[in-house]
Amino acid sequence: MSAKLEVLSLNLQKHLGKQIRSQQVALGEITIDVDVGDYVAVMTTLRDEPDLCFEELMDLCGVDFSTYANGQWAGKRFAAVSHLISVAHNWRVRVRCFATDDNFPSIPSVVSIWNSVNWFEREAFDLYGIVFPGHNDLRRILTDYGFIGHPFRKDFPISGYVEMRYDPDQQRVIYQPVTIEPREVTPRIVREERYGEADNA
Amino acid sequence: MPDIQNYTLNFGPQHPAAHGVLRMVLELDGEVVMRADPHIGLLHRATEKLAETKTWVQSVPYMDRLDYMSMMCNEHAYCMAIERMLGIEVPIRAQYIRVMYDEITRILNHLLWIGAHGLDVGAMTMVLYAFREREDLVDCYEAVSGARMHAAYYRPGGVYRDLPDSMPQYRESKWKSAAEVRKINEVRSGSLLDFLEDFVKRFPKILDEYETLLTDNRIWKQRLVNVGIVSPERAMQLGFTGPMLRGSGIAWDLRKKQPYEVYDRLDFDIPVGVTGDCYDRYLVRVEEMRQSNRIIQQCIDWLRVNPGPVITDNYKVASPPRANMKSNMEELIHHFKLCTEGMHVPEGQVYSAVEHPKGEFGIYAISDGANKPYRLKIRSPGYVHLSAMDELTRGHMIADVVTMVGTIDIVFGEIDR
Repeated sequence: MSAKLEVLSLNLQKHLGKQIRSQQVALGEITIDVDVGDYVAVMTTLRDEPDLCFEELMDLCGVDFSTYANGQWAGKRFAAVSHLISVAHNWRVRVRCFATDDNFPSIPSVVSIWNSVNWFEREAFDLYGIVFPGHNDLRRILTDYGFIGHPFRKDFPISGYVEMRYDPDQQRVIYQPVTIEPREVTPRIVREERYGEADNA
Repeated sequence: MPDIQNYTLNFGPQHPAAHGVLRMVLELDGEVVMRADPHIGLLHRATEKLAETKTWVQSVPYMDRLDYMSMMCNEHAYCMAIERMLGIEVPIRAQYIRVMYDEITRILNHLLWIGAHGLDVGAMTMVLYAFREREDLVDCYEAVSGARMHAAYYRPGGVYRDLPDSMPQYRESKWKSAAEVRKINEVRSGSLLDFLEDFVKRFPKILDEYETLLTDNRIWKQRLVNVGIVSPERAMQLGFTGPMLRGSGIAWDLRKKQPYEVYDRLDFDIPVGVTGDCYDRYLVRVEEMRQSNRIIQQCIDWLRVNPGPVITDNYKVASPPRANMKSNMEELIHHFKLCTEGMHVPEGQVYSAVEHPKGEFGIYAISDGANKPYRLKIRSPGYVHLSAMDELTRGHMIADVVTMVGTIDIVFGEIDR
């Protein structure tokens, strides 16, 4: 761990303490997991505390962990992962917040802390169905007007459910169930630990 | 007489100044914009979901199609994410090639931007000049990868192949006489580096020409100065990066602040704006082109005297040389496994960002150890910048909306993904 990362890690512990559920350092990046209840308070501290000073929110995205490592995931299904950056200190942190209810994922909005998160939360809502209470304009953003479902969830097929074509009889564009057969060229493979090593036979 | 109410106007998606498929619902009071509501997603292809169903290396060409005006920078962030997760070292020559092509890409992008921005606000000729110069640079793309736009040249572990020793030549045709062809082939007689060096020598003068057309142009200044002012505080609050942030006076550039590849060995400056209006952002981008030009020259000088490998020799990541594949069993197996199953990236998560011509382009990848990404999030700068559209245009005249679209440098491939 570089000196800078160590300072950041200490500052995080000092100012957030128990609010951090867990903290991982990997590949030169710090990830902190926080509870839904502490989420807004943690984010406010991250922005306002001069020792941390994360002025910019770079990215927020939803993640669906339901098929992680072929279904080995034990934790909650949905998370909102945000990447913060401090222009003053030149460091980054990743904040992960898991929604408590898998059937109705809800994570408080941070749009009043960083205005840039506006469209990211709309996107996470659109694609994953994560609801952000406190967001005043939570509409769909990327999918079609009148789209049904949340397409980036792992149980949503890659081909979707409906397709659109021009119908010469009705002389208009119609929606109909998809006619494409799902096809997987390269299967998804997760190797067991130390696959192919001599003493693993 | 009835009261005149605010009315809404639909701007785009088929509007020549919408830079693609931007649909904006503008609420107007007379000619003043009260609210702008961009509707995006008309070019949504679910790149991130598609990437989950492809092996790691198969998604590289998808990256070109995100911001289709700065193709190689997108690939760069993606390849860097994979390399960091795998913990592999990229050969130094490949790093220089990448930096050189990143800067070529930056000039390509800014040239298109200056042309389109000029066109938006009425400087018709700019686009013609800018495309004249773009031609030489897309030729460099073509020489190295075979494609003029969607190169797929960067690969995890390095670049696809070394720089070519010769440039493709023009041939005599119905439209080009022998004398003409001889003249344009003159600079193409040497290697790619010779051709590029010739361009680098010419380019500062060309930029001066552009500036005589625009920088002190009355109309250009009337349209840009004090339009769309963003204070540094608001710029950070709105998540601006790249020239949009630097235009507001914050000297933030990932190439300097968090250097990747060989940027820390190169000499260049970061231009910064003062007032944060559209004119400052214009000046910043023009100066960035000059700085990119300097970087390219330094890379050319280095690449000329330092031959070496351009892709990692770790055959679990990159394909072995074809000759060895034909004669060596081990290499044959590596090639077969790579092409049928692809590489396995160790479990973990990474966020890799590059200084893209438009701002910070980031790839957030989660791997569960499979041969495909578990989740790939693309942080595109244009998405964030466009989300600030409402704040930028509010209170401005409707004609300034087009200036704002131009100054953000919108490309829909990356916004809708």
